[in-house]
Amino acid sequence: MKLLGKYVDKGMQGNVVLVPEEPEDMWHAYNLIAEGDSVRSTTIRKVQNETATGSSTSSRVRTTLTIVVENIDFDTQACVLRLKGRNREENQYVKMGAYHTLDLELNRKFELRKPEWDTIALERIDMACDPTQSADVAAVVMQEGLAHVCLITASMTLVRSKIEVSIPRKRKGSVQQHEKGLAKFYEQVMQSILRHVNFDVVKCVLLASPGFVRDQFYDYMFQQAVKMDYKVLLENKSKFMLVHASSGFKHSLKEVLQDAAVIAKMSDTKAASEVKALEQFYMMLQCEPAKAFYGKKHVLAAAEAQAIETLLISDNLFRCQDVNLRKEYVNLVESVRDAGGEVKIFSSMHISGEQLAQLTGIAAVLRFPMPELEDSDDDDDEDGAAGGDDSD
Amino acid sequence: MSRHRIVRTMDYNDEYDGYDDVYGHSVDDECISPTDAQQWLYDRARGQQSMSAFMSKNKDIKEEEEDEDDDEAYQKARRDSDNFQMPVLDELEQAQLSSCVDEVRSVVGDAVSERLIVETSMRFGYDIQKILDEILNEETNKNEKRSQKFKLNNAPTTTTTSITKAATMTTPKPTSASAVTTTKVTLSTQKEARRGFDIASPKTPASPVLSGRNTPVDVSGDDVARNAANTFKVSKDQAQRNAKQLYEKERADQKSQFHMIVIGHVDAGKSTLMGHLLYDTGNVSQRVMHKHEQESKKLGKQSFMYAWVLDETGEERARGITMDVGQSRIETESKIVTLLDAPGHKDFIPNMISGATQADVALLVVDATRGEFESGFELGGQTREHAILVRSLGVNQLGVVINKLDTVGWSKERFTEIVSKLKAFLKQAGFKESDVSFTPCSGLTGENLTKRAQEPALIVWYTGPHLLEVIENFKIPDRAIDRPLRMSVSDIYKGTSSGFCISGRIETGVLCVNDKVLVGASREQAQVKALTIDELSQSNVFAGDQVAVTLAGVDVNNITVGCIICDPQTPIPVTTRFQARIIVFNVKVPITMGYPVLLHHQSLIEPATVCKLTALIHKSTGEVVKKKPRCLGNNSCALVEVETSRPICIERYADFKELGRIMMRVAGVTIAAGMVTKIR
Repeated sequence: MKLLGKYVDKGMQGNVVLVPEEPEDMWHAYNLIAEGDSVRSTTIRKVQNETATGSSTSSRVRTTLTIVVENIDFDTQACVLRLKGRNREENQYVKMGAYHTLDLELNRKFELRKPEWDTIALERIDMACDPTQSADVAAVVMQEGLAHVCLITASMTLVRSKIEVSIPRKRKGSVQQHEKGLAKFYEQVMQSILRHVNFDVVKCVLLASPGFVRDQFYDYMFQQAVKMDYKVLLENKSKFMLVHASSGFKHSLKEVLQDAAVIAKMSDTKAASEVKALEQFYMMLQCEPAKAFYGKKHVLAAAEAQAIETLLISDNLFRCQDVNLRKEYVNLVESVRDAGGEVKIFSSMHISGEQLAQLTGIAAVLRFPMPELEDSDDDDDEDGAAGGDDSD
Repeated sequence: MSRHRIVRTMDYNDEYDGYDDVYGHSVDDECISPTDAQQWLYDRARGQQSMSAFMSKNKDIKEEEEDEDDDEAYQKARRDSDNFQMPVLDELEQAQLSSCVDEVRSVVGDAVSERLIVETSMRFGYDIQKILDEILNEETNKNEKRSQKFKLNNAPTTTTTSITKAATMTTPKPTSASAVTTTKVTLSTQKEARRGFDIASPKTPASPVLSGRNTPVDVSGDDVARNAANTFKVSKDQAQRNAKQLYEKERADQKSQFHMIVIGHVDAGKSTLMGHLLYDTGNVSQRVMHKHEQESKKLGKQSFMYAWVLDETGEERARGITMDVGQSRIETESKIVTLLDAPGHKDFIPNMISGATQADVALLVVDATRGEFESGFELGGQTREHAILVRSLGVNQLGVVINKLDTVGWSKERFTEIVSKLKAFLKQAGFKESDVSFTPCSGLTGENLTKRAQEPALIVWYTGPHLLEVIENFKIPDRAIDRPLRMSVSDIYKGTSSGFCISGRIETGVLCVNDKVLVGASREQAQVKALTIDELSQSNVFAGDQVAVTLAGVDVNNITVGCIICDPQTPIPVTTRFQARIIVFNVKVPITMGYPVLLHHQSLIEPATVCKLTALIHKSTGEVVKKKPRCLGNNSCALVEVETSRPICIERYADFKELGRIMMRVAGVTIAAGMVTKIR
């Protein structure tokens, strides 16, 4: 993302002008734009003109719209952001107050005006504009009959394709069907890698599986590459890395990112550090349960006591529509920072972020044990938990 | 039309019916085929026994009717108050009546119909005392009658009996003083009793065997899914089959058969032991064995020659480990045993679990070599994990084989050392001491496999049975043949004939050729074209059998490994969320809300999340220790809710033991096992 201009006054009111350059920037934009903000960008509209004689001509014009956002749609797979809202600047083609939809496009600037900028939003802009953070890794987690081809960027994990082939088991006297099914499966995985992995951007491809599936696949792939003359694969052979994973399901990516060899190679990407932070939280919960808490109520109480050492918070909490709720979370983050704590904002598009979002979206590792928190919730039903329906 | 008739197989019943009943002909009657007609037209000739289908349930008809009447009368009485017309009276009487009705109402509440009150009051000339007496008498009588009926009719679930007891106890003589409270009590119990009736009823039709329905209409009706699925048509044969009789007819003269899984740490010698056993029992020909010997020699791995009997894929042979469950079959004197050779390597535990779900008994192979036993038995070794896994999958008979005793010179001390260590552990894992046996042997040399021990160093101290005898002595578990059909799919492949084959184990019920079945969570209907057990064609297969089924009428892409094939009349519940009671094993990190796990259910492996921790339970008493715990640590027992991303077929443990067991694994480690307690 490129920052063209930033005008934020003392009252934290103002606007920024941004140019998204990569699909991932759309994700940042999605996290920045909230309902009630106004966005100004160009879009193409079809204009119909009726002449005096009654014949009509239509032409496509590029026009600039400014809308007050009422609805935000984000397609995670295609990375398309679509904003809906009322127009607030009349021009030649568009009436005031008419409902319009803006599709933000890559490499086309947009201006975002917020009634109040908070630290989280400003940080997000800094993060998005940091060029060093773009390091792409492709990962293939597989087991016999199941594979996920994923792309791991700084703030998102995208499942590019999921391959599911039922492979007949070995049976007495006939192993051909098993081996044929396996070959078919490997072929599909290889084709999917060729299609979805852009070797110009990706600096490393992780092949992860239980058992010997990865070795078998690796051998198969390069045999085929030689046979069919897939230059891309042969040139990038050094980028492939074989790692152990316990299964071919998506969440075993977590294990892959914890692998020592992978950590060494990927230095310090956001995905890996998030996994590590979450793991530390769980370890703390196991060893000293009075020093690890999750759920809004507990964490707020801990923050009150300035006890939080590391705060893990999922970015989907900041995307909530309720302005006051967002403010509450922003204040929490700021108070933890003021007290010298560390705040890790998890991307809900990563595996670890998904898990944290399930775990109420907020968790904290404390400096000192607070056993009184643990006991306090017996009488209280709420627990800060999302979506618990007891009545059945 | 007559030209196209197949006279030989003509169903005269159908034909006559068609001709006799001229009014029944529709305009395009000529075009309807007899099978269509059978399906869509009401056939009086068959109507006799299927009348019960129009009654609510498949219980004894006589009782049913009475019950229905009574129930109906009750319903009618309730309805009466809505559309009852007041009798025409003069003004004075009208006033008397209305005040009287009000008075009575204030005592008995809304429970009694208006008509009853009005009629009684007119009968007794507006004398409140008498009216109340009469009304309350009548009500309590009715209640007593009803509750007794429930007692008679229902399978005595605890709730209903206790409630009916309460009802009968709290129906005293109706004195107007105590009348108010008593009526209220009886009323509430009345409602309870009705609910109890509803709960009990879905259980009753669970045996289609007894039901004479050919138009399955489920009256209990609160379960929509069940109802919808019940509209699947099945042939009359399938609906009315008596599984027990069929089983006795077909299998009475055959040897009983069971499945045995062979488990143990990697390189304990499971495959070799089984290979040798197969060879010694004459299931592998001399020629094949010779081939294996030559080939394994070529690779410099002669010790693997017996293992190659079961490890057939190139990959398995090259690496010298089993990867997937190998299957074969031996016959002993009185039993047919299907051997399932599980992989021992840690990464292939999912395969081992899918094999173990099919097993009735297990054989645990332990390497007696110094250092090897210890490494398999310590924390993280497969000896431990496998034993716990099979126990939680419902296997309770275990034969322990102390293998490779030749490497320690058939030492008795080593044997007793291992036995004592294992005994303590297995007891802790939940095996009964009487169901566990220990046998020394050597898989490579074949000592003590099928013949009594010959080795002088061994016979000095061992006189017990050899391995084949141990296998022979396993008790065969009961088969739930008269339950509705459930079969779990463990493999899908192209058959020799047209269509495709699925193989798996019949968990409960019976399956015949031409039966209609429902497949998987999508509940697609398919027809059974052929059934084979070990390449032998069968017409009926029963619970406990390992079969290959050729299906028609369903797309192969809609069947996945792990899905359940079930009876159309009583289909398996499909859900994405259920409650389970789990026991947490040794875990590195605690289980919290939102913890992602891999759910193993039969052969199915599905990603799932623990979405709610309902309660922490005391391990032995089952009491709730803590509600909504923050996390579940080592060796705890808890009620949790689990959510899967895709709908899966699952049963409550209380309904189907076989299909109510689950396992949870994370990062290649089994973290919990449990059973399904509630499906939503």
